Amino acid sequence: MNTFNQATRDGRDAGAPAVVDDGDLARRWQRATDEPAWLKAVLITTALIFVGLFLVLPLSVVLYGAFERGLAAWFEAVRDPDALSAIRLTLLIVAIVVPLNTVFGVAAAWAIAKFEFPGKPVLISLIDMPFAISPVVVGLIFVILFGSQGWLGPWLAAHDLRIIFAAPGIVIVIAFGTLPFIARELIPLMQQQGKEEEEASLTLGAGGLKTFWYVTLPNIKWGLIYGVILCNARAMGEFGAVAVVSGRIRGETNTVPLHIEVLYNEYMFTAAFAVSSLLTGLALVTIAIKSIIEWQDERQKRRAAA
Amino acid sequence: MNLTTPPTLWSLSRLTASILIGGAVLGATLGVSSQAQAQTERVELLNVSYDPTREFYRAYNQLFAEHWREGHDQEVTVRQSHGGSGSQGRSVIDGIDADVVTLALAYDIDALHDRADLLPEDWQTRLPHNSAPYTSTIVLLVREGNPKNIQGWEDLVREDVEVITPNPKTSGGARWNFLALWGYGLEQFDGDEEQTFDFVRRVFENVPVLDSGARGATNTFVQRRLGDVLLAWENEAILSVEELGRGDFEIVVPAQSILAEPPVAVVDANVERKGTREVAEGYLEYLYSSEAQALAAQHYYRPVDEAVLAEYIDEFPSLDLFTIDEVFGGWREAQTRFFNDGGVFDEILEAINTP
Amino acid sequence: MSITLARRRVIPGFGLTMGFTLLYMGLIFLVPVGAFLLYTTTMSWETFWHAITQRQVVASYKLSFGASLVGATINLVFGALLAWVLVRYRFPGKRLVDALVDLPFALPTAVAGIALVTLYASTGWVGRYFELFGLRVAYTQLGVVVALTYIGLPFVVRTVQPVLEDLEAEWEEASASLGADRFTTIRRVIFPALFPALLTGFALAFARALGEYGSVVFISGNLPFRTEITPLLIVAKAEQYDYHGAAAIGTVMLVVAFAMLLVINGLQWWTSRRHG
Repeated sequence: MNTFNQATRDGRDAGAPAVVDDGDLARRWQRATDEPAWLKAVLITTALIFVGLFLVLPLSVVLYGAFERGLAAWFEAVRDPDALSAIRLTLLIVAIVVPLNTVFGVAAAWAIAKFEFPGKPVLISLIDMPFAISPVVVGLIFVILFGSQGWLGPWLAAHDLRIIFAAPGIVIVIAFGTLPFIARELIPLMQQQGKEEEEASLTLGAGGLKTFWYVTLPNIKWGLIYGVILCNARAMGEFGAVAVVSGRIRGETNTVPLHIEVLYNEYMFTAAFAVSSLLTGLALVTIAIKSIIEWQDERQKRRAAA
Repeated sequence: MNLTTPPTLWSLSRLTASILIGGAVLGATLGVSSQAQAQTERVELLNVSYDPTREFYRAYNQLFAEHWREGHDQEVTVRQSHGGSGSQGRSVIDGIDADVVTLALAYDIDALHDRADLLPEDWQTRLPHNSAPYTSTIVLLVREGNPKNIQGWEDLVREDVEVITPNPKTSGGARWNFLALWGYGLEQFDGDEEQTFDFVRRVFENVPVLDSGARGATNTFVQRRLGDVLLAWENEAILSVEELGRGDFEIVVPAQSILAEPPVAVVDANVERKGTREVAEGYLEYLYSSEAQALAAQHYYRPVDEAVLAEYIDEFPSLDLFTIDEVFGGWREAQTRFFNDGGVFDEILEAINTP
Repeated sequence: MSITLARRRVIPGFGLTMGFTLLYMGLIFLVPVGAFLLYTTTMSWETFWHAITQRQVVASYKLSFGASLVGATINLVFGALLAWVLVRYRFPGKRLVDALVDLPFALPTAVAGIALVTLYASTGWVGRYFELFGLRVAYTQLGVVVALTYIGLPFVVRTVQPVLEDLEAEWEEASASLGADRFTTIRRVIFPALFPALLTGFALAFARALGEYGSVVFISGNLPFRTEITPLLIVAKAEQYDYHGAAAIGTVMLVVAFAMLLVINGLQWWTSRRHG
């Protein structure tokens, strides 16, 4: 009580003297639940400067660098055989990693959200783990495991199997790094939705798969899509871990981010930015899709509420 | 619904089957025809190399492919991997299946023997000139007009001079830089180790950035305009002047520097397994031909062939060159003493950062 | 227990989904990490301790932790501000700004690093103005902070935003009708509600910054003792074939990462208990 009085008195002291005797309830109300216009303007400006310095300018640098020498130079850089092979490798890896992580994400979310079992918080923490591990350490782990001086190295060499310095190694480190994305998107969503709808469907005689397909999937659709595009973007852009296990063979084990580094080191700055702009473009498309999804989602919710 | 589904499925699977069969037949035909065409055998080599050789090997691989096609009826494709010399050696030890390695210094190839027994200990005697088909040296690259008036190694310790060099721990070129400095110090102070240590320490006090490779350091100096002088391979320095900004930079050749010998070697364990020994050895031997030597000279490496060197002598100023064997007793010794953990370079870092 | 069993019978697929989850995690992640930790145990304790307490290594911890902390703090302040502005105010381009916040998640870190150094080097669009004040960003510790701020930017915004959206206007109105002014309302009503989300966002940004490699190596000077971050040191050790040293420092990072996660999950559990 005492503190509250204190607070009230502080509040009066801070109030503008011009309106103290006014007594106009509406104005006082507005003063207490809203900020003055000048403060709003200051806050918005500060936020926009921050966004400009950290988000807009880096983006502009990439786009400016990419198109500085015109469209022809851009096309030439992107159509270079090494660039194409890096793009192909990256797409191949994404085509393997994203579906795997999607199945994993849905399975993990189903098990965690629909059932009770001991050790659930530990499992959730473990799923989060790859997110906090430095990409460099991820790469190191697999070199120590699969390198020819590593534990499985001699066995792999004897059977002529290649993991690191080849596509499988890159797939594994990227799958590791992006493992949590879809699961973490779906778990809270499915937990929040509960299991009543599925139970109703099952009680009415539908099978498990049918229930999943017709009841669960529509409910988690947007979250799933969002998780997939985020996972996809991260998988395409992974650098630190891939740099350790790729071996950087030109036209063969260079992913797009590594190829960008190669170009940068060959003083081909326009080309480096041109190829970067591909990934940047993808990032922008990702963000656009995500915004559309959110917008759709809001509209659906509003329609459902109406 | 239930009635219509089975026929649809059935027809679908029939469609799939026919596509599959058709595809298989087509594939088989193509396979046969491509076999028929493949009279010239295809061979692949993997050359694991260090940073500044990118442009040279791109040109040389073409030259070699033409040369090999004539004599052996084989179509050689050479795959390239480039990076810091130490980290490239690490990749080979860890199992990247390099047929040949073309690295910045002999120690990184020695490590292939010491750590993984991939080639014999005497690898360096298998090819002429210590297995180094081209050489280089370490020079100083300064900005246009030499505004800080840097004339030689002694100017690097001045307080108003910022020096750019990569990290000797990860970059081969940086190790040559370090040894060139140390060799100059020994000469200057009549072999006094303590004074030499102090000299090199003062140079490294002027270093604001340690990139992990030679190319990163050049980028820092040229693109980001950081520093007053870049310690660089002669070939990198000329390349920067010629291609990155003609007129923006000048090369200062010190009176004395180190003879840098980037060696090449066949990785025996890998070529045995892959059956590529003949072409791999041919690939390295052809580096000593006059055509390849001229190509090296065009990429600003000093050719070992005297005749070719004479042709390009204008490119390469003469200076007093000392070798690593004369001054440091070879690479193994230099590596252990200067660059391994707890070595002289670590002591210098400690000394600089001890308040 | 009997309820759990009964439910288990209603919804199928526990065995299947749980089995796949564990199998996949085991193959991709648990077994490799376990093997890595085992590898660390092949070192003697002295070797391990020496590797993780060398002066150069300790200096890198200081920088990594310090810069991550500063970066996360900047993100805490500006992230909260940005979330506030995005939820509460209307201004032109708001939707665009909202969408752009995710950029650091989606843009590859190497590209971000190259873009940032181009921008903040003393020849860059921004760096040249800092240079006028004698302030160098690229290749200094400040540069590391810039990169770590950039990659952690979305976390605080994205954790605070939903909470702020859910915050009922009634609470603020009640506070106002009781005579509190705006500042007091923010301090006593809004801030306590946002606090858990702020902490979670901060911790996530911090954890992510600690392990970051790709963007930092381009903008940092990478000087041992001064601008060398721990992940770079791990790479440098590995490249000199000192796998024991690299693994030892990697283990330290791994343990810290796990501790960070425990903190984050603890916070979330604490939040849900307070709200639930």
